[in-house]
Amino acid sequence: MGARELLGRQVTLTRPVGVAPGELQKKPAARTRVRELLTHQVTGPLAALLVAIIIFSATTDTFLSAGNWSLIAQQSVVVGTLALGQTLIILTAGIDLAIGAIMVMGAVVIGKYALEGNPVVALLLGLVVCVAFGALNGVLVSLAGLPPFIVTLGLFTAVTAAARLYSSSASFPIADGVLTVLGDGPSIGGVQITYGVMLWVAMTFVLGYVLSSTAWGTRLYAVGDNPRAAELSGIKVKRMLLTVYIVAAVIYAIAAWQSLGRTPTADPSGYATANLDSITAVAIGGTSFFGGRGGVWGTLVGTLIVVVLQNGLTQAGIDSLYQEVTTGALVVVAVGLDRIMHKRQER
Amino acid sequence: MKISRKYTVTLAACAASLLALTGCSSADSGDADGDDVTIGIVELNLSNPFFSTLEKSTEAAALEQGWKVTKAEAKVPGDSATQVTAIENMINMGVKAIVLDPANATALVDVVQKARDAGILVVTVNAALDPIDAADATFATDNVEAGKLIGAWAKAAGPKDPKIAMLDFDLSDGPAGGRHDGFLEGFGIDDSSDLISATALTEGTIETGQREMEKVLSAHSDVNVVYAINEPTAHGAATAISSLGSKDVTLVAVDGACSGVQDVSDGIVGATAMQFPSRMGEQAVEAIAAYLDDGTKPPAGLNNSGVELITDTPVDGMESQDSAWGLENCWGDK
Amino acid sequence: MNEQSTVLKARGLTKHYGHVVAMDDSDFDLRAGEILAVIGDNGAGKSTLIKSLTGAVVPDSGRMYLNDEQVAFHNPLDARKAGIETVYQELGVAPALDIAQNLYLGREQRKRGILGAVFRQVDAKAMRRGAAEQMSDLGIRIQSIRQKVETLSGGQRQAVAVARVAAWATSVVIMDEPTAALGVRETNQVLDLIQRVRDRGLPVVLISHNMPNVFQVADRIHIHRLGRRIALADPSKITMDDAVSVMTGARKPEELDGLISGEGE
Repeated sequence: MGARELLGRQVTLTRPVGVAPGELQKKPAARTRVRELLTHQVTGPLAALLVAIIIFSATTDTFLSAGNWSLIAQQSVVVGTLALGQTLIILTAGIDLAIGAIMVMGAVVIGKYALEGNPVVALLLGLVVCVAFGALNGVLVSLAGLPPFIVTLGLFTAVTAAARLYSSSASFPIADGVLTVLGDGPSIGGVQITYGVMLWVAMTFVLGYVLSSTAWGTRLYAVGDNPRAAELSGIKVKRMLLTVYIVAAVIYAIAAWQSLGRTPTADPSGYATANLDSITAVAIGGTSFFGGRGGVWGTLVGTLIVVVLQNGLTQAGIDSLYQEVTTGALVVVAVGLDRIMHKRQER
Repeated sequence: MKISRKYTVTLAACAASLLALTGCSSADSGDADGDDVTIGIVELNLSNPFFSTLEKSTEAAALEQGWKVTKAEAKVPGDSATQVTAIENMINMGVKAIVLDPANATALVDVVQKARDAGILVVTVNAALDPIDAADATFATDNVEAGKLIGAWAKAAGPKDPKIAMLDFDLSDGPAGGRHDGFLEGFGIDDSSDLISATALTEGTIETGQREMEKVLSAHSDVNVVYAINEPTAHGAATAISSLGSKDVTLVAVDGACSGVQDVSDGIVGATAMQFPSRMGEQAVEAIAAYLDDGTKPPAGLNNSGVELITDTPVDGMESQDSAWGLENCWGDK
Repeated sequence: MNEQSTVLKARGLTKHYGHVVAMDDSDFDLRAGEILAVIGDNGAGKSTLIKSLTGAVVPDSGRMYLNDEQVAFHNPLDARKAGIETVYQELGVAPALDIAQNLYLGREQRKRGILGAVFRQVDAKAMRRGAAEQMSDLGIRIQSIRQKVETLSGGQRQAVAVARVAAWATSVVIMDEPTAALGVRETNQVLDLIQRVRDRGLPVVLISHNMPNVFQVADRIHIHRLGRRIALADPSKITMDDAVSVMTGARKPEELDGLISGEGE
């Protein structure tokens, strides 16, 4: 009998051990790793994206040009940024239907203030307003325990109306400067890469890191996957949910800033379909609506798919209504498969 | 393998739909021989028959010229972001001209400038950009003129002791604001006039017209002149008026849709100012054709696509057409 | 460690909910190195007793001692800080996460230095190592600690929950109907595991309705009835029927030989 230090405690062994710990830690065989790679969450959407690219490059000469890809990247930033926030919320098995409305409210607050005031202060005000609404969502979901679908739907209606009231239904033109800087950017090799695109990609990296390498990230997945187990493990589920909605709202404020760089107008009736677009990007990117599975890289690919479809179909001369049909079909397929897979796991 | 099936199916669905669609694209456009000219049409939401008429006539005129057409539309009113994206894509694919009905007067200025810098002719229809010369030309109804016509008619043909209710749409919208101001001018008054009993904001639809009219009438039962932003609003207002049993109310509107002209014919609406969306589209295409021919640019600013007063109760000194003429020249479903 | 020393002791625990008496002057004793089964009919009040021990319920009166020091738990966190961990009937694991992540859930280990302090990066390698050692030591049959828990059977999932609790508990492990959701074979695997936990020096409180299971693994049996402990029994000295009849009140504890202590203190 020997003593062994196990997680800091001295214990005596009275029985032979099971599988040797070294064995258990081994990385799986190459074949398994290939299989894991193939079934990784991002692989499917990535493959779909590649297929789309191949098809479009055949129908339109300019599709693969650097200029077009610069365009696609720029066209992705607003929905892409929103989708990052939506990803976090969907990972908790929640959903945010107020996402577009909160962003628009932020934009309108920024626009109205910036007419007379300092643009940086305007941005901060927009941030505060978005966070306030995000916190409201979070409180209702976490502390009052109300279903996210209902809470955010209610907020969507209320905030959309609030934005119109606040702006008297008018739109505010935005002056060049701090507020539109995300639409500017250096030209590298003749191709413009805007600061907005850089910011979006950087945010994806940061959030991806947080989700994969920090305790908060692991706990977020746990809360979405099995909130009861998370609670039993000592994770403060309510606090986590509240935090997620607030973090998401910060992301929405950044999206508002991105939108001003794309279109120098703060319009209360703009981006009316942003909530559905962001949900579409997340769905096609493979994050499960049941929570606990998925991530921001899949969402990035999902965003690109949505934008590439729009970009490619328009340039192929196809009516935008068909774009919406295709995108809608893809979402149904993605979510349907998500559900089938989830049912399998429940067994 | 269970999990990989998911991706195979997603892939297959994606590929199939894309192939089908891009296969359709070659079937869609007309034959282009000689010039391979494509123009872009960017409209507002097509569920509104005015905008779909406008788009259809523009497209028909363009196809007649032997051009290819690529279309895009805003998903909802106010959706300028989709229009910006569409125009960017059209620039990239090399269209020669763009016909645009802007969702927002200022939001599109930058992207239109980019298009013009690339040598693309950009004309707007139905509404103008702000500033109006941000586009090469604008083909629209002179909404102020439309408002003036019905305002003047209402003053002349209406009751001696007018009490006016105005059922507006969001006044920052170009046509809405123009018609409002035009009506006041035609009537000879301004916003502060005592003759105005009430103003209300509608969505330009039958239900909201009815709802707002009901509210106005319950607060001011003696209203006898009603200005409505468009014919659906007027129709809704008329329903409210008759169900509340009010006495004679003079109702005027703008549009010229066949259903609206029918209302004039039925005596529900006193007069309407008819717009000509088809003409807007045709004029736009003519301008583009001239430009492609020899570089002649159309006259900048507002090019009036025409407005006619339609009424069965004509007034001295004012030119008008009766509802029979109106029914022959209206747009939309008959 | 002295085999006879008492790890967790309670005297005179009482709890009222309005007119309802949930606990009526109940005692509790858990010795080092033992598996103590707690049995009682529905409504006997054993869940209130257990909740008092885990801090989910605060008794109106009574005293509790952990390793001879008096303690009072105002919430579950207090109990956990005292080293008392619980496994529940519902499988308290996150299927989408892997085994190592599950074992360290809520207690993730951060890397040393800047990476850990500033970037808050978790030390996945260290956690995998710790998890592997724990699983191996408890003899739980899995292929890899990188496996997602969803790939495990119900019994294996419960084994992961047990392993987690055994890893973090420093004084007492409480198992509340841990095999209720499992089949026969998996139940035996878990029971086996519970014994191994005890063998490694953690006393186990096992709440169960399943008499055969109880008699299979328990060192002593705490019989709960009408809000208090009415008997402590040695399973080698009484039969299952005896235990059940005392539990239901069909027989009085005094009537049986082989009881370690009867009613009262």
